[in-house]
Amino acid sequence: MQSTNAVNQANYLEYRGRFKGLFGWIFSTDHKRIGLLYLYSMAVMFSVGVLLGLAMKLELLAPGKTIMDAQDYNATFTVHGVIMIFMVVVPGLPAVFGNFLLPIMIGAKDVAFPKLNLLSWWFYVAGVFLVLAALLFGPGTPDTGWTFYAPYSFKTGTNMLPAIFGAFILGFSSILTGLNFLVTIHRMRCPGLKWSKLSLFVWTLYGTAWIQLLATPVVGITLVLVALERLFGVGIFDPALGGDPILYQHLFWIYSHPAVYIMILPAMGAISEIIPTFSQKHIFGYKAIIVSTMAIAFVGYLVWGHHMFTAGMSGTAQYYFSLLTFLVAIPSAIKVFNWISTMYKGSINVQTPFYWAVSFIFVFMIGGLSGLVLGALAANIYVHDTAFVVAHFHYIVFGGTGFAFFAAIHYWFPKIFGRMYDKAWANIGWIVFTIGFLTLYSPMFYLGMMGMPRRYYDYLEEFHGGNILSTFGSWILATGFIIIIVNLVRSARRGEKAEMNPWKGKTLEWTVPSPPPVENFDKIPEIAENDGPYNY
Amino acid sequence: MEKVTHAPHDHYDAEASKIGMWLFIFTELLLFGILFVIYSVYRYLNHDAFHLAAAELDTFTGAVNTLILLVSSMTIAMSVTALQKKNKPLTLLLNGITFVIGVVFLVNKYFEWGAKFDHGIFPGSATLTETLSQGEILFFGLYFIMTGLHALHIIIGLVFIAVVMWKVAKGKVHAERSALLENSGLYWHLVDIIWIFLFPLFYLIV
Amino acid sequence: MSDEKNHIVPYRVYAFVLAALVVLTLLSIAITGYDLGKYTVAGALIFAVVKSFLVLTYFMHLKYDKPYIKIMVGFVFAILVVTIVVTFLDYLYR
Repeated sequence: MQSTNAVNQANYLEYRGRFKGLFGWIFSTDHKRIGLLYLYSMAVMFSVGVLLGLAMKLELLAPGKTIMDAQDYNATFTVHGVIMIFMVVVPGLPAVFGNFLLPIMIGAKDVAFPKLNLLSWWFYVAGVFLVLAALLFGPGTPDTGWTFYAPYSFKTGTNMLPAIFGAFILGFSSILTGLNFLVTIHRMRCPGLKWSKLSLFVWTLYGTAWIQLLATPVVGITLVLVALERLFGVGIFDPALGGDPILYQHLFWIYSHPAVYIMILPAMGAISEIIPTFSQKHIFGYKAIIVSTMAIAFVGYLVWGHHMFTAGMSGTAQYYFSLLTFLVAIPSAIKVFNWISTMYKGSINVQTPFYWAVSFIFVFMIGGLSGLVLGALAANIYVHDTAFVVAHFHYIVFGGTGFAFFAAIHYWFPKIFGRMYDKAWANIGWIVFTIGFLTLYSPMFYLGMMGMPRRYYDYLEEFHGGNILSTFGSWILATGFIIIIVNLVRSARRGEKAEMNPWKGKTLEWTVPSPPPVENFDKIPEIAENDGPYNY
Repeated sequence: MEKVTHAPHDHYDAEASKIGMWLFIFTELLLFGILFVIYSVYRYLNHDAFHLAAAELDTFTGAVNTLILLVSSMTIAMSVTALQKKNKPLTLLLNGITFVIGVVFLVNKYFEWGAKFDHGIFPGSATLTETLSQGEILFFGLYFIMTGLHALHIIIGLVFIAVVMWKVAKGKVHAERSALLENSGLYWHLVDIIWIFLFPLFYLIV
Repeated sequence: MSDEKNHIVPYRVYAFVLAALVVLTLLSIAITGYDLGKYTVAGALIFAVVKSFLVLTYFMHLKYDKPYIKIMVGFVFAILVVTIVVTFLDYLYR
């Protein structure tokens, strides 16, 4: 693709508009600045979530009370979950990389509704503050788990309402981002950019946006109903008044299962960008990846009951959900074959993003395969609500979205900050982090199979060894995380200046300067008939 | 680096705004749709109790509300035609009628709910929880939640219509820039569609 | 960018649609007088669906819009229907 060298504009980091200093950021409608606002706020919340996770692992270092009692442990895993799910992995790659890159990748100057985009971020901040308020004020930190199951969620005396309201507002943030991205992709593609020429990251943002739009309202209204239950005792989920708590679970998971596809689809999109670039080869099966993306997005709506196999559903429902769960694994597997086939006979450039991408495939596969164990009805009864489930979703979500996020931040770092990160330290950070990750979560598979329950602050002596190993892993992981963060922060300020296209990528963002100018392009690009992404 | 000032671009893209409003409408359809799922489940489980409870509602008031809301959908749709034909007074008149009907709807609701409260029927009331069967409790719980949420959306719609009327009067919304009026119409029709489903499910199952 | 929106819908189209909606409403009330047993809900819902279809098609302009909007609307309703059906796989067979 031709380069569009914009020399007439200031770059977006240095641009001074109506507002000065900090206000120039928090009142900015520039999608690139909004992407960074999300990056910084999510990094802070992730760090808080990591600290809570470390506290949990410290408690589990030994049986019995180590540093906290049961009530505090319940509160800790609740807040850990709420932060990680609603404030980190659901906003995830779309909020940071979608916001930053989507307009550039489609040859546009910004998203369709820039002010709504800023509002999305403000809603994010408001939601964060509300949840934090639930912790700091009132009768006690929520202790229901991030899943807020009825009837406990309306019976518990802890400070549920601000947390519920905060999650509701965070949902709004997600909906508005999805809405914005959908209209942007439909209406603002540059001339010649047909749907069949879109980069795969954009395709995954599109599929994800539909899920954000259609699934989030479900959890929104469900949370409102829990709040109404607490305030007025309506009875919708209260068995004493005729309500069915299992109905709550249905409604909760009707959102929360598609939510995991919000988490993973853009992650897969980023991997689908990184692997062709570092293989210097066209992605294998471009159409197959698009079709499998849409298939995952759609079928993902139909499997929610696999979180509820032991809850008391009918046998028919259990069979149905198990079958659909096995089916939804197929498109994900297709993507793994595509990625590996892309690398085959490619000219591999071994860089940090590539390390992250390859390790993503490794941990994501482990997580996915363990999902098949959970999807099988007979096996599920045995491992439901044990440490096995905890291992599964950390492999899939942390290993999946998390590793992909680290891959993406290193891949697009030179574009975003105009500087290159220190490669040696980045690789060290990766290896320490990955070793820590594997050490932290692998024992949990074994512990779960042996019968250790999840969400308990205590356990039987026979689980002690595995827990010690796991807790050590958490410290190694934390060390790796610190190395990575320190490297990125220092490099953003003092790293070597980066060129426009250090990785020789073929998508539109590599045709603009690093960092990009305020309006992305001097002249909106036009895509020729024989042009396209991945045209190596 | 040089600073470049930009003249404010006119980013008016009517189709983008329309898609945006439709996408928002989809979120509302899911929101209310889930309430209908809950209604269906509890109705299935408490068939007779729902019938019994529904007899407490006044079908006449419900029917009147249904009919006037349908009329208001017509008037707001017509107001778009009026705007496109550059007939500003008629546009404002039709929107005004829509607004008034919305207010009348809310007034009816106020009296309906008032009658229920007078009989001690409200969420969490002693009459409800102690004298009625579980199915009836659920029916009234759903009734208040669903009609309440609907009424909230009517209020939002009225605010929207008022804003649009003001902008039409000021000339900011006109035949060549009609998206805001059309989208307010879309929103209002959504509120109408929700009621089209609420009416039979609560008032007509006797 | 122009699309079929430039098409102006005559007032009388809206008036006819309202007439149809009123008739359907009155009919739906009338049939409650008959005991249809387990088909009462279906009956009431069919009227609601037809009325909604008229509102969507004419008042909400779908008839005159580009096809992709109709496809999106259909898709969303399909998701809702599927959600209800799958939920009932639990409740019907308990």
